[in-house]
Amino acid sequence: MADTALTAPPRSPLSQAAGRLAAATRASGGAVRLAELRFLAQLNVRLDAKGAAADAVGLALDLQLPLEPNTVVHGGELTALWLGPDEWLLVGRPGTQRELESRIREAAGNEPVSVTDVSAQRTTLLVTGSRARDLLAHGCALDLHPRAFGAGRCAQTTLARTQVVLVARDEPRAGFWVLVRSSFAGYLTDWLLDAATEYL
Amino acid sequence: MLLIPCPWCGPRDEAEFHYGGQAHVPYPEDPAALTDEEWARYLFFRANPKGPFAERWSHAAGCRRWFNAVRDTATNEILAVYKAGESYPATLEPRQASPARPAFEDEAVQPEGGSGGAAPIGVEGAESLQDGTGRGGGGETRTFRTPTGGRIDRDTAFTFTFDGVEYQGHRGDTLASALLANGVIAAATSIKRGRPRGIFSAGVEEPNAVVQIEAPFPEPMLPATTVELYDGLVASSLPGQGRLATEPDPARYDAVHAHCDLLIVGAGPAGLAAAAAAAHSGARVILADDQPEPGGSLLGTGEHLDWVETTGAQLDAAAEVRVLRRTTVFGYYDDNHLLAVERRTNHLGAGAPENVSRERVWRIRARRVVLATGAHERSLAFADNDRPGVMLAAAARAYVNRHGVLPGRHAVVFTTNDSAYAAALDLTAAGVDVTAIVDTRPEPGEWAERARAAGVEVLSGHAVTGTEGDARLTSVSVAPYGESAGQREFAADLLLVSGGWNPVAHLFSQAGGTLRHDDALGSFVPDTCRQAVEVAGSANGTPDLGAVLAQGAAAGARAVEAEGFTCEAPRLPHVAAQPQTPPMQVFTVPGREGAPRFVDLQRDVTVDDLARATGAGLRSVEHTKRYTTAGTANDQGKTSGVLASGVVAELLGVDISVLGTTTFRPPYTPVSFAALAGRDRGALHDPIRVTALHEWHVGHGALFENVGQWKRPWYYPRDGEDMEAAVLRECAAARDSVAFMDASTLGKIDVQGPDAGVFLDLLYTNMMSTLKVGMIRYGVMCRPDGMVFDDGTVIRLAEDRFLVTTTTGNAAAVLDWMEEWLQTEWPELRVHCTSVTEQWATVALVGPRSREVLGSLAPQLAVSNEDFPFMAWRGTTVAGIGARVCRISFSGELAYEINVSPWEALALWEALYAAGAPYGITPYGTETMHVLRAEKGYPIIGQDTDGTVTPQDLGMSWAVSKKKPDFIGKRSYARADTVRPDRKHLVGLLPEDPGTFLPEGTHLVADSVLPAPPVPTLGHVTSSYRSAALGRTFALALIKGGRDRIGERLYAPVGDRLVPVTVASPVLYDPEGARRDG
Repeated sequence: MADTALTAPPRSPLSQAAGRLAAATRASGGAVRLAELRFLAQLNVRLDAKGAAADAVGLALDLQLPLEPNTVVHGGELTALWLGPDEWLLVGRPGTQRELESRIREAAGNEPVSVTDVSAQRTTLLVTGSRARDLLAHGCALDLHPRAFGAGRCAQTTLARTQVVLVARDEPRAGFWVLVRSSFAGYLTDWLLDAATEYL
Repeated sequence: MLLIPCPWCGPRDEAEFHYGGQAHVPYPEDPAALTDEEWARYLFFRANPKGPFAERWSHAAGCRRWFNAVRDTATNEILAVYKAGESYPATLEPRQASPARPAFEDEAVQPEGGSGGAAPIGVEGAESLQDGTGRGGGGETRTFRTPTGGRIDRDTAFTFTFDGVEYQGHRGDTLASALLANGVIAAATSIKRGRPRGIFSAGVEEPNAVVQIEAPFPEPMLPATTVELYDGLVASSLPGQGRLATEPDPARYDAVHAHCDLLIVGAGPAGLAAAAAAAHSGARVILADDQPEPGGSLLGTGEHLDWVETTGAQLDAAAEVRVLRRTTVFGYYDDNHLLAVERRTNHLGAGAPENVSRERVWRIRARRVVLATGAHERSLAFADNDRPGVMLAAAARAYVNRHGVLPGRHAVVFTTNDSAYAAALDLTAAGVDVTAIVDTRPEPGEWAERARAAGVEVLSGHAVTGTEGDARLTSVSVAPYGESAGQREFAADLLLVSGGWNPVAHLFSQAGGTLRHDDALGSFVPDTCRQAVEVAGSANGTPDLGAVLAQGAAAGARAVEAEGFTCEAPRLPHVAAQPQTPPMQVFTVPGREGAPRFVDLQRDVTVDDLARATGAGLRSVEHTKRYTTAGTANDQGKTSGVLASGVVAELLGVDISVLGTTTFRPPYTPVSFAALAGRDRGALHDPIRVTALHEWHVGHGALFENVGQWKRPWYYPRDGEDMEAAVLRECAAARDSVAFMDASTLGKIDVQGPDAGVFLDLLYTNMMSTLKVGMIRYGVMCRPDGMVFDDGTVIRLAEDRFLVTTTTGNAAAVLDWMEEWLQTEWPELRVHCTSVTEQWATVALVGPRSREVLGSLAPQLAVSNEDFPFMAWRGTTVAGIGARVCRISFSGELAYEINVSPWEALALWEALYAAGAPYGITPYGTETMHVLRAEKGYPIIGQDTDGTVTPQDLGMSWAVSKKKPDFIGKRSYARADTVRPDRKHLVGLLPEDPGTFLPEGTHLVADSVLPAPPVPTLGHVTSSYRSAALGRTFALALIKGGRDRIGERLYAPVGDRLVPVTVASPVLYDPEGARRDG
């Protein structure tokens, strides 16, 4: 048994929904594009933004942790999301979480920095297409107009009846990342696909 | 929906926040030094002021920061927010009320050009009236449709059915206009008196013609004046009450959020002018109107339609302007949050596409609002004023101009103001024989001259004193106003009435705005409001079209300029100044003795009914409304509300301005429950949370239990098993061999930082800082009042890192609780808490053979009791998967909890299932878990506790530290109340008949005979099960002084029996704990 388990591929929270997401994407003719971005590395980082660790961690990651609330900073393949005045979510390539965590811990030295691997805590839905904003407006009370929520913005808020982290992607029309708790991902997918009915 | 400005994230909907009670109530430095009274004061006493109040709030669905807010408890306005630890702000600046209509010089009215009302032309001769069918004069075969004109599409004919008769109408008709075009005016019978009632208005204010739609989808109580005609429509008249559909509504309904700089409500002249002013400023503008096309009252008067069309096209083309047609803004809430309902496919009938929602609720958050909601004409209380054929004057004008329909052939007009003259002239021009205009004013002025010039007799200083006609009006009696002598009678099938105009102030009033009575206008008009709203046009009581347009344009410009945009003056039509003679304020008109004078047509409330109310001593319109039901119907008194106030004022002999109006509450017009529910039904109504193993459970026939939002396997019945059999089997497997369950739903919180141990010592009743790395401790968390709040295990991962588990339903609450103490009371502690509930999947492997199963899959793990003792954890690989294995038992058996990444959980689970097969490994659910733990007397927080239970009550004094100087709850254990000997203790109960099952919630009494009520009860059953291990039923219960009653016999009333039970220790199985180590 152990042998087969070793080779079993990891399963993402929405692995069973991939077909439905792809079908909706095709049927919408570009109006909405929905897909799960699986297994992204996600680290929750807590540190004193004014302390020595902030700079050291920034240097080690080659990225300045954003200080302005609800903004995002990109550096190489890493994205840092502001979650709170002393809290960030680092998002990186799948599989890099351990290496990232040790880089941060090393850089922080003896400073009180907390790093928690939360890669499986949430999964990421890509929501793009010409009607992406309209689709999210079915259940998100935030103003997602580019004037209010343009490139570089992120927010923790409620979408439908679950909490999410929303990220406006950088390129115009590139849509959004919706990070959702894994246990709610199935519900949110059902909700998004139902909301998209009109665009299919 | 309030907006609460988070100090970090800015304004967000209040739903994102969590309330934390009064701020600046610090945790006492040394609780032990306080007297009981001082401690009780800290625990239980809070200020409750009217006005500014400092409160703690958490941005729970956002950045999770706790902060302080000063809220005015009377207005709900948030006056200030500041970060935790900062002091109460020195100054507070409440929002000031601003006038509904600031007067500015940019509202100058354009003086010249354009045409006013249509010029009068020839008058038709009289025709024979009344044929007794409710149809108008002229016979059934003649159409009431004008040969030309109107905004209907004469090339598109629709067939519809009303009360079983088939008719033809056109696209652009309402059901009401199509009925009128077919000579049908009677469309209902009244609710109490059964009197025939006719189409009275041409809009949402309709009190009479409220119909049942039968097909294509049944819907009750829709005003025929608001139902757009479509092919195949089937409707029927109603006796005042509709019928709910018996079949589910197959249509989609949905909701969207929208944001704008400016929301304009109403696309009549004022609203269109406001939108035109704002359209090209770059501001985001929403213009919402309940009609299929913009124009508002201009559609009914037929004026300036070219301007309406051009402006509408410009708005449609403007980038940031959204025009919402068929959209009724029905509610105005806090912080410029407005709700609207858009009727998207109703008008398409059976042809409505299935994938488009039939109705959509718009949740609009507007920086600024301009209300251009117009005015409703009001009626007059004269004798027999309810016969079919009595119609509001402006409505008749709209039917002629907008729908190309003559609402009758021979009309009398009864008015107290100028506006009905234009209606009379338009009707005359369209071919209606307007016999007389009856004006209560002694000197009606220039409009009367115009009417006379058109050949219409004007009776100034006169009033209508009565009407005749059963199915339809046949004649109108007129006399000098206030007199009975000098009566004249006119044959007529139509009586147009105008008792003045009520500004549509509903939304303004809902916004918190105040109204004032304008004596010159004779109506209530918007006064001031604390929200960012202005009112423009006739909603302000402005009667003159030129002024209405100018006001609208100025309001639109002001709104977007206040938001930082620049706009240009819009093109407005030239409007000829019209003569104006002040209206006369009239409510009741004396008439034929004994004839009812209706105030509220829909509720059949008359002047006499209101007189009975005031005669009974009622002095407020709110009270007369409840006493008589005036204003409570489907139309919410749109045509009758102010009239009712006026009548009551007359009855009481006071001025109407003193009396005021009844309160305007949302919704402005009825909104269907289906629209309000939207997509929040069925599976989307409440999210379900599932674990990474959910599909396996489904595939293996699990039945599920809802725990919070989680779906947890309840039990896994095999062929033909009921719950009892399945649970006994699962329990036996766990006690005798090996069983496993999905425990992934347990809340998990990572607690990191140099002060993590100190923090957990404050949070838990027992000591956590002494826990060694690699070890696990059970802990209990209490509220400051000492009552148990949550329990779980604490794993020490490293010197400065712990993993805390919580009960499934409490994970978010515990994290909130931790953050509240860290952020507000102990910010100096260097600790961070992060939820990792879904970062780990957890499998409980339970039973005497669990060691063999684990050992076979974890070759690197030394599984012997010496190497891997109880309450220790090890990092290893299980089935080749990186795992954290904990030796924890919630059953008393040898057991492990294996934690892995949820991405690999299924592989682990299947490996366990295969490795355990030789031992008959059995998946089990929550019911078995509950039985196993109850046999061991382990309480479930929230089932065996209810917020009034201390750890000592649960028999867990061992988990309450006596060494720690303080922890949350400690001081309360010295309160007199918590040391009472008769507190309820958690004990076991054994029914004397081992097959008798005690339902949970059953009370316990001392005696075998029930005394007379009130029956003194000793406590109640909290958990009750059948035990495979004990071979009998048993229960846990909270019993007064229970531990001192062990061995006593008590009685449990079950149905009409008193079941004898014996009080026992809560630990009924393996009290020595011999099975724990396998």
